Amino acid sequence: MKNQNKSKKTIIITIIAVFLMFGFGFALVPIYDVFCDLTGLNGKTSNEISTEVSSVDKSRTITVEFVSTLNDGMPWIFKPNVFKVKLHPGEMKRVSFYAKNLSNKTITGQAIPSVSPGNAAKYLRKTECFCFNQQVLKPGEEIDMPIIFHVDRDLPKDINTITLSYTMFDAGAFPRADIERQGKIT
Amino acid sequence: MSEMAMGKQSFLAHLRAFVVRWVFSTNHKDIGTLYLWFSVIMFFVGGVLALLFRAELFAPGLQFMQPDFFNQLITMHGLVMVFGAVMPAFVGLANWMIPLMIGAPDMAMPRMNNLSFWILPFAFGILISTFFLDGPAPNFGWTFYAPLSTTYGPESTDYLIFAVHLMGISSIMGAINVIATILNMRAPGMKMMKMPIFCWTWLITAFLLIAVMPVLAGAVTMMLMDRHFGTSFFNAAGGGDPLLFQHVFWFFGHPEVYIMILPAFGIISHVIPTFSRKKLFGYKAMVYATAVIAFLSFIVWAHHMFVSGIPLGAELFFMYTTMLIAVPTGVKVFNWVLTMFKGSLSFEAPMLFAVAFVFLFTIGGFSGVMLSIVPADYQYHDTYFVVAHFHYVLVPGAIFSIFAGAYYWYPKWIGRMYNEKLAKWHFWLSAVFVNVTFFPMHFVGLAGMPRRIPDYALQFADFNMIASIGAAVFGLAQLLFLWNMIASYWKGKKVTENRPWEGAVGLEWTVPCPAPHHTFATPPVVKDEELQC
Repeated sequence: MKNQNKSKKTIIITIIAVFLMFGFGFALVPIYDVFCDLTGLNGKTSNEISTEVSSVDKSRTITVEFVSTLNDGMPWIFKPNVFKVKLHPGEMKRVSFYAKNLSNKTITGQAIPSVSPGNAAKYLRKTECFCFNQQVLKPGEEIDMPIIFHVDRDLPKDINTITLSYTMFDAGAFPRADIERQGKIT
Repeated sequence: MSEMAMGKQSFLAHLRAFVVRWVFSTNHKDIGTLYLWFSVIMFFVGGVLALLFRAELFAPGLQFMQPDFFNQLITMHGLVMVFGAVMPAFVGLANWMIPLMIGAPDMAMPRMNNLSFWILPFAFGILISTFFLDGPAPNFGWTFYAPLSTTYGPESTDYLIFAVHLMGISSIMGAINVIATILNMRAPGMKMMKMPIFCWTWLITAFLLIAVMPVLAGAVTMMLMDRHFGTSFFNAAGGGDPLLFQHVFWFFGHPEVYIMILPAFGIISHVIPTFSRKKLFGYKAMVYATAVIAFLSFIVWAHHMFVSGIPLGAELFFMYTTMLIAVPTGVKVFNWVLTMFKGSLSFEAPMLFAVAFVFLFTIGGFSGVMLSIVPADYQYHDTYFVVAHFHYVLVPGAIFSIFAGAYYWYPKWIGRMYNEKLAKWHFWLSAVFVNVTFFPMHFVGLAGMPRRIPDYALQFADFNMIASIGAAVFGLAQLLFLWNMIASYWKGKKVTENRPWEGAVGLEWTVPCPAPHHTFATPPVVKDEELQC
């Protein structure tokens, strides 16, 4: 019957559409990441190592503040050793964060960065960061963790203060977290 | 053989016949009836949950329950009402009416139709069973935001995940059926732009379902993987992002809102012309407005997330697209009012519900426009103002339209008229007390009362007491509806003519009342006077 053939075609097309949309749901994950990377929205900093060297713009001074948070009652001390630095765009800076495991078991930590204001995120370039790796601290162990970074010269003129915040998560469940540096160099 | 054994045997035979009749039925009218009964049961289950937490909210302080149980009640109320009451009711009406309206003998895939219904009782069995298992039922709100539902979710969350999968499969199969039926099985001469408007709104709803239910399935699948398979889609510690959950959820969630209201627009667009004894004003505009609303529903989702820290540019974009929805919706309201204008109006129960729909849904629409304004939303977000808004569009919106449809088509289904006096009581009690329940929520919301909290500050006490009383009376009034539907089956006045409403148009009114089990085995001739335009 003609109707049945037509129905069959409609059904096949709609079922394909269902599977495509199911796939699209998952595709939203990389789309979201790429979108945030490209635009620097969401305060996500790049996980790529920056090796680019640019000249220093002495005409501007930027304040970079550091904030640390422990997620969900994690039994660590985690704080920046300096709370703020002043630097010129293009100038390399090295600062460090301090962490200590207060519990009596080994804990794997993973720091997740966030930058405020969000549109400054893509101008904050990190050459080295403890957030590229996980930190494994034995009971009572303490550590100083470095970050080497600079602020890109193209930073919008209206931004004079950038806050770099780290939240330390218990990452024991994620032995090979995909946040880990992928060895890409820009 | 003794008489008792005979009686037992015939009872078993009857039971067998009953089970075969309903469980294995592939008849669109039977399945429509099953959907509607399922929806009524879920409506009362969800209503009882609501009355339980309204009892807790009757006075400040904790009276009857701990906050965790309160959270379980509101979560289940939302899920049961959205997926169990409103959506199956519309699918039931679609099953009953679409083949009758387009002159088709049945739905395109009768067996799939049977399957898509019979999945639902299992889905809700799984979901509601969480109340009776060890440990808490899902307790994170019907939106199941990560990480509340992943890192911190109780074990019963896995039941919720599979229940949502099943509901999704059921709705998708229902939607495919509706699309295949409407596109391929219309009677000769019924062009798309001549189709009854309920079929149009359902066709567009079905496309929305196909587009977004798989995304919801994806979201709960990601939740399941995060919970048990060590992925971190939504877990920042592993490189994921909890905010991503909100994006994926609302990419489903906003079109879902229109899935619950577009078929309502369709029903109202049949009831108002019938009782105004006029043709629907602006048929084409109605169709285009429905399509535009459906399109816009895909690009407004982040207005649920204005306070989640999304950038200003995005907030502006989502604010303007959201406001834009008021335009096609306004077109619809305008057309309903103009359909009534200079009509020969009469106010039987379906019309009363339809008029109340137009008025009260518009109030919900206006509070929606208020919520779309970003700086205002910073204040309204997560307060009772939001609760008032979406209950105005869902209760006197979607649910009133279902009542209107049920009374309107009752003589066609049963062959008897419902009790008009009882129906009027049902209407007036519902219409008054729905406002008593939800209108004060605007005020406490604007004054800052947060939603989803079992306790509240003293200054909100009076309005909450009023809302709880309203909820109790509104809930009891629904028993009148149930009684009317059941009792009229035996006691209602017999309907002899095909068209018990003099102003009704459409092919469904050319078959006898009650509609025979099989209709339009041969395609009917579509006469111009049976078309809405």
